[in-house]
Amino acid sequence: MSETLLEIKNLAVEYHTDSAIIYAVNNINLTVKKGETIGLVGETGAGKTTIARSILRILPIPPAKVISGEILFEDTDVLKVSEAQMRKIRGNKIAMIFQDPMTALNPIETVGFQIAETIKIHNKISRVESHKRACDMLEMVGIPMERFSDYPHQFSGGMKQRVVIAMALACNPELLLADEPTTALDVTIQAQVLEMMQSLKEKLGTSMILITHDLGVVADICDSVAVVYAGEIVERGTIEHIFDHASHPYTVGLFGSLPALESTERRLSPIKGLMPDPTYLPKGCRFYERCPDASDNCVRFAAQEPAQAPGELAAAPEEIAIAPEEIEIAPGHFVKCFKYSKKTAEAAREGE
Amino acid sequence: MARYIGKRLLMLIPVLLGISFVVLILIDITPGDPARMMLGMTATEQQVAELRQSLGLNDSIFIRFGRFIWNVVRGDFGTSFMTKRPVFDEMIQRFPYTLKLVTISLALSIILGIPLGVFAATHQYSWKDNAAIFISLICVSMPSFWFALLLIKWFGVNLRWLPIAGIESWKGWVLPCLSMALGLTAIIARQTRSNLLEVIRQDYIVTARSKGLRNGTVIYRHALKNAIIPIIMIIGGIFGSSLGGALISEVIFSIPGLGQYTLTGLNNRDYPVIQGSVLILSAMFAIVILLVDIIFAFVDPRIRSQYSKKSKKSKKKAGTQIEKESQEIAAV
Repeated sequence: MSETLLEIKNLAVEYHTDSAIIYAVNNINLTVKKGETIGLVGETGAGKTTIARSILRILPIPPAKVISGEILFEDTDVLKVSEAQMRKIRGNKIAMIFQDPMTALNPIETVGFQIAETIKIHNKISRVESHKRACDMLEMVGIPMERFSDYPHQFSGGMKQRVVIAMALACNPELLLADEPTTALDVTIQAQVLEMMQSLKEKLGTSMILITHDLGVVADICDSVAVVYAGEIVERGTIEHIFDHASHPYTVGLFGSLPALESTERRLSPIKGLMPDPTYLPKGCRFYERCPDASDNCVRFAAQEPAQAPGELAAAPEEIAIAPEEIEIAPGHFVKCFKYSKKTAEAAREGE
Repeated sequence: MARYIGKRLLMLIPVLLGISFVVLILIDITPGDPARMMLGMTATEQQVAELRQSLGLNDSIFIRFGRFIWNVVRGDFGTSFMTKRPVFDEMIQRFPYTLKLVTISLALSIILGIPLGVFAATHQYSWKDNAAIFISLICVSMPSFWFALLLIKWFGVNLRWLPIAGIESWKGWVLPCLSMALGLTAIIARQTRSNLLEVIRQDYIVTARSKGLRNGTVIYRHALKNAIIPIIMIIGGIFGSSLGGALISEVIFSIPGLGQYTLTGLNNRDYPVIQGSVLILSAMFAIVILLVDIIFAFVDPRIRSQYSKKSKKSKKKAGTQIEKESQEIAAV
């Protein structure tokens, strides 16, 4: 549990279109330990899928562009390895489950072939052998192997997602990237699929990054959580830390927008406003305008940038650090908020 | 499936009847008199009128239509006014040339066009893509008769490698096929490119990539196989229309094909020739489209299952319908 499997350092990804640059992922840090399930939560368009795709290096290039950062998977930087090496990682060591099972399968190939294909290229085994193992995978996800030669259109949505999961798990990957695996499914099937993923994960000892916007799912199966907002991870930590001591105002807001059964309140308290346009991200704290806890401290910091002339910029580089830094407020619990940078600064002063 | 094909073949009958009638109307409203053309300018009015009477040109359009259909059903397409030879024999003799010309040209343009389209699509946004688009744009815009003349000048007159006309040996086929294939190649390449670009953006292509497949496998096995389905439709259409359109090449390179025969018939107001050729060409076109639909079913499992579902569900219904249709035909 303690060994690090994947470490993302300072990853930044942009999409360059003709009309604008979209800042999809901005300097994120993330660590996944062996056997750990980490939930990536955030609104639509926050950059969750881009993070997952960068790990597999299947971003559409162009328009996507990795600006900076390292993605260390078992101590090799997947952003730097050759395409041939990357192919050996894809589907074999890192596999991905896609959001929409309706479109994730090739409509004119049998599902059996699509599973067997992954097994065959990564294991150097015969066609017959790979077919046998694909049948086993189908059985494992609860689809009778007689349906090996059926086509995707002959399956229901839930079954297609099972096929996609079988495909992802076919080579016993060490890391599974599940990109909203249950969003396209109805609630009953969601529960089934999640339960199945959970049990398969335990059986195979796979680490998982689960992308979702369902905090209930996160509470159910994740060990730790990273909250993504406007391309940044604003808070990350173990599930207990985040759920019991949510520290970033955005995380607090997320929990505030969930209905609680025992609460007597008649209205939810949603986060006001919309996520900033990723082509024009606000300078400084990106949550400032929607933040209920915004203080003068944040304003000053946020307003400092435009006033700063380019000449001064070079002279006093420390003072223009206007975006909040990632602060470790408890062991393994990181927050990106000025509230805490101040606190820790005070704590440090007290220590002296 | 067999039931479906049978049904489609039966549906051909009203289509061909309709086409024959329209052709007859068009012939009627086109100026020109075959009797006058046969006899020449020196013949008297009376001679012309007598010939018109004996050819049956004075009968009403419905009588002529009924007579034509009745003869065709018995396998008689009439005799040419000009050559006095049976139209059917002439067409049977000429049709293989047209078919050969179109088949070779189309095969050539498929072999060249699809890889060119794939190349352009996989190098999107680069100069290679732009170059491929530019070349295919030129090819589409260039009239095929003009390109044929250029080919004749280069290879026939200047270099003297190939004959400028006639099909005595295989060499004679090179230039006509090339001149026809050029435009078709460009059309197929452009279609391949745009279809492939659309398919490449699909989720299942990302899935295929995420499995660790080679780029070539992703493109050819997963993307192209999907992208080719609409291209088959287009190729079918091209094949059908080229059967008629081959006449430009046939005339330029003096190939005794069906197109040339039709053109001569048109110029001479040789009605049986026109009617027979149009009927044969439209029948061929319809059969090609049917073949395309059958190929569709083999390539795309979604369409295949539609057919099998239909035949299972409405077997009874289709059966009675066919019976009914055949009764109607018998009545006619």
